[in-house]
Amino acid sequence: METLTGIVTQLIHMALIVAGAPVLLGLIRLAKARLMGRRGPHPLQPWRDIRKLLAKRAVVAETASAVTHLAPWVALSAALLAAFLIPSFARGMVLSPLSDLLLVAGLLALGRVAMALAGLDAGTPFGGLGAAREMAFATFAEPALILAALTFSIIAGTTNIDAIAGAFQDGAVGVRVSLALTLIAMLAIAVAENARIPVDNPATHLELTMVHEAMILEASAEQLAIWEYQSALRLMLWLTLIATIFFPVGLAAPGAGPLAWLVGLVAFATKIAALGFALAVFESALAKMRVFRVPEFLGAALLLGLLAAVFLFLSTGFA
Amino acid sequence: MLTALLTLLAALLAFAAVATWRAPWTARLVHAGTAAACGGFCVIAVLALVLPPAAMVLPFGPFWGPAMLALDGLSAWFLLILGISGGAASLAALGSGTDWPPRLLLPWPLFLAAMALTLAAADIFTLLLGFEAMSLASWALVAAEHDRAENRRAARLYLVFAIFAAACLIPGLGLLAMGPETLGFAAIRETPPEGLRAALILALVLAGAGAKAGLVPFHAWLPLAHPAAPSHVSAVMSGVMTKVALYVMARVLFDLCGPAQPLWWGVPLLVLGAASALLGALRANMEEDSKTLLACSTIENIGLIVMAMGLALAFRGADLLPLAALAAGAALLHALNHAVFKTLLFLGAGAVLHAALSRRLDALGGLIRPMPWTAAAVMVGAAAAAALPPLSGFASEWLLLQALLAGWRTGALGFQIIVAAATAIAALSAALAAAAMVRFVGLAFLGRPRTPRAAGASEHPGAERAALVALAALTILLGILPAPLLDLAEGGVRLLVGGVDRPAPPLLGLAAGDGAARLWPALVFLLLVLIGGAAVFALRARGARFIVSGPAWACGFIAPPPHLPFGDPLTQPSAAGLAQPLRRMLGTPLLGATEQVHMPDPGDARAATIAVRAEDPAFAWLLAPLARLRDALVIPAERLRDLSIRQCLMLSFGLLIAMLALVAALERG
Repeated sequence: METLTGIVTQLIHMALIVAGAPVLLGLIRLAKARLMGRRGPHPLQPWRDIRKLLAKRAVVAETASAVTHLAPWVALSAALLAAFLIPSFARGMVLSPLSDLLLVAGLLALGRVAMALAGLDAGTPFGGLGAAREMAFATFAEPALILAALTFSIIAGTTNIDAIAGAFQDGAVGVRVSLALTLIAMLAIAVAENARIPVDNPATHLELTMVHEAMILEASAEQLAIWEYQSALRLMLWLTLIATIFFPVGLAAPGAGPLAWLVGLVAFATKIAALGFALAVFESALAKMRVFRVPEFLGAALLLGLLAAVFLFLSTGFA
Repeated sequence: MLTALLTLLAALLAFAAVATWRAPWTARLVHAGTAAACGGFCVIAVLALVLPPAAMVLPFGPFWGPAMLALDGLSAWFLLILGISGGAASLAALGSGTDWPPRLLLPWPLFLAAMALTLAAADIFTLLLGFEAMSLASWALVAAEHDRAENRRAARLYLVFAIFAAACLIPGLGLLAMGPETLGFAAIRETPPEGLRAALILALVLAGAGAKAGLVPFHAWLPLAHPAAPSHVSAVMSGVMTKVALYVMARVLFDLCGPAQPLWWGVPLLVLGAASALLGALRANMEEDSKTLLACSTIENIGLIVMAMGLALAFRGADLLPLAALAAGAALLHALNHAVFKTLLFLGAGAVLHAALSRRLDALGGLIRPMPWTAAAVMVGAAAAAALPPLSGFASEWLLLQALLAGWRTGALGFQIIVAAATAIAALSAALAAAAMVRFVGLAFLGRPRTPRAAGASEHPGAERAALVALAALTILLGILPAPLLDLAEGGVRLLVGGVDRPAPPLLGLAAGDGAARLWPALVFLLLVLIGGAAVFALRARGARFIVSGPAWACGFIAPPPHLPFGDPLTQPSAAGLAQPLRRMLGTPLLGATEQVHMPDPGDARAATIAVRAEDPAFAWLLAPLARLRDALVIPAERLRDLSIRQCLMLSFGLLIAMLALVAALERG
């Protein structure tokens, strides 16, 4: 029975993520536009863009190699697999034994490296610029994420996301300073990993400020559609990760029936909408920071992660 | 089994003798012979891993006792590493020409034989004999291309560090052998050292074996010496020789010093390992020479392995044996994985050197088109070095990170904080390694050719390519199937942490402990392929795609002038340019990197220049003071030369008296 519900919830989750990622992006754009006093595009606009791009003729640089053709697929598979592993509305999905936070970090790194190589492939200045910066930012984001994993693994005893969510949902954990610090760190990493303001501006093509967009400047048609889609997936993935770990309210227990799924789906939609709206407000209120200020931003996340772990050591040491 | 090993050692000595013969077939014969011998090492190692340990007392040896050989789980594991890496390197050398001079051919079989002897030794004398022979043979290989000044400098520095390693290791092992009557490992195990003697052994072995492995702060020679040798030698030096040094460290600290060592024994290993990982990975991002970059990445990986060893020691001291087994498994697995992918990367860099005649990244570029096989193989190796799933580096770094994440269970607050910092540094160096590998692949294989020579490169088919492809396939295989491999390493893990039953891992999966996280690399691989295939199928079902090829857009750059057929080189990122973000963010505080920009005045037609400098702290903090100390000692000592004959006689007479007095004092006491 549990296997069967596991399979069904996994399929619903996959459909939800695949269909929902561009919608989430559209909603955030709409919210940002409204906050700035514009009418804004339709929430389905990212989907329409992807459909339009898929119908277009691709122009590939003469200097590009097979890497340009393969990299989008590698990044897409990595992002899809990572997104499929993170529980959204129900625990105990059939892939949940695989949903390890370190594996998710590794898959994100795989996508990042694929994108950086695609950026370097055509031998253009912007591609190299973006690739070098992206990899440099990741050197701060990745240890911060692993330190967050350290905090979770001390509290929950594992790095399996499904199990962490379960442990936090049971409420045995209580409110902890360490978790609050880790939440701030995770939010900062999410902002950096998804190239949002203040680290990068997703809305511009102003060459000198961009990181993420610089690497896919040469992509067109199908390739561009895949790149855009996978970055929407990554945003969805990060928000799901934060929602599931820190706000596990309403997650359907393993083996629970459709009613619990419905509760879980409503709770998930609420959480993601709230996080997305918070991101829109945050992005509207801030300006982009200089590139070489980003290490300070991410270094703060790293230190918060370390501080969270040290607090835990101290509290368990005295308890 | 050991008889077969001895036969192979004798055969390698015979090949070394053949190598002195100058004939057209010599190089081919020697390299084919070493490849066959390394294949033999692989077979013997696998047999030794599945069969019970074997030991043998030779009928000859030094005058105080016979030499002893043995193969157990630990030494067989490292012998397997030697077999795989040495075999592939010999194969590549076989494919890359016949005009090797005897000074390069002669030490090569000796080098391999010395490493095998070190691994198979079961007494201290044989161990040291093999270790020092390995140092000497590899020095000869580093110095072989001595017509270039930087190679001479590298060889001299290497020799200094080899002597330093010997000067630490020999007294360290001597202290170990103080108790028992014989020098055999079995006798030493009976009387493990304690207290101050144990601490002294730890310090001396850490310095001696660490200097050979390239552990910070004794790493300064490695980025100079490894690239100076021919590529197949660099591959084995980075892939295997450093591991042999780690084997000596593991053998002495884990096995011969007994299981009763305290928790803090892990701390120096953990700290030095973390420092090596960080410094190596960061330097790999700054270097502009392909082989130096790979050598720096070796320092990083050695650091990761030593961190895992330190954790295993600490967990063992805290009586957390399953976790110690996890960390020891991570160390052994990463040692093998690193040997395979680093051999692959060095051989790839060697293929690039043959084809494009340069190691400078700024002289390469776009090699994926003329050298598709090499490029694909190197990309697999680079992805493994960057710890990307589902390749081999990820599996072992996953185990290491899981061991680090469990470090808080030791319960000692100071150690917990050290482990938390080490966790961050391990993740940081993994991310830095990814950046370094992107830079390496991007500069060498992607983009446009930076020189006409790179544009005219072509691939060498034959044995060299076969070695690269085989190693790439092995890297993928090791990444998908680390679980059976870990079962094979069971004997080694048992030896490192004492008898412990690992928690039964899931089928084809890795487990970090009871109830902790698990990983199924094969399943991850399968799912990635399935999802990718489904995505391709879904998008391609729409029908034919239209693709046209055009000039790169690059935000509307104009076409280059006709005299630049590969485009303007200045519009492509250079090695220094790709390093810039990390150089500013981490290089300035850690390596003291400086940038000097010279901007001509407006209206001045001269080009703007930027000079970038970064120096390894080991030179400023370790080598420069040592050089000053040497000068301070040598200059007064030089005065002895000016002594008259009477003063010289007085000196030797005085020395004689002093020694007699010492003997008298010792006799009385």
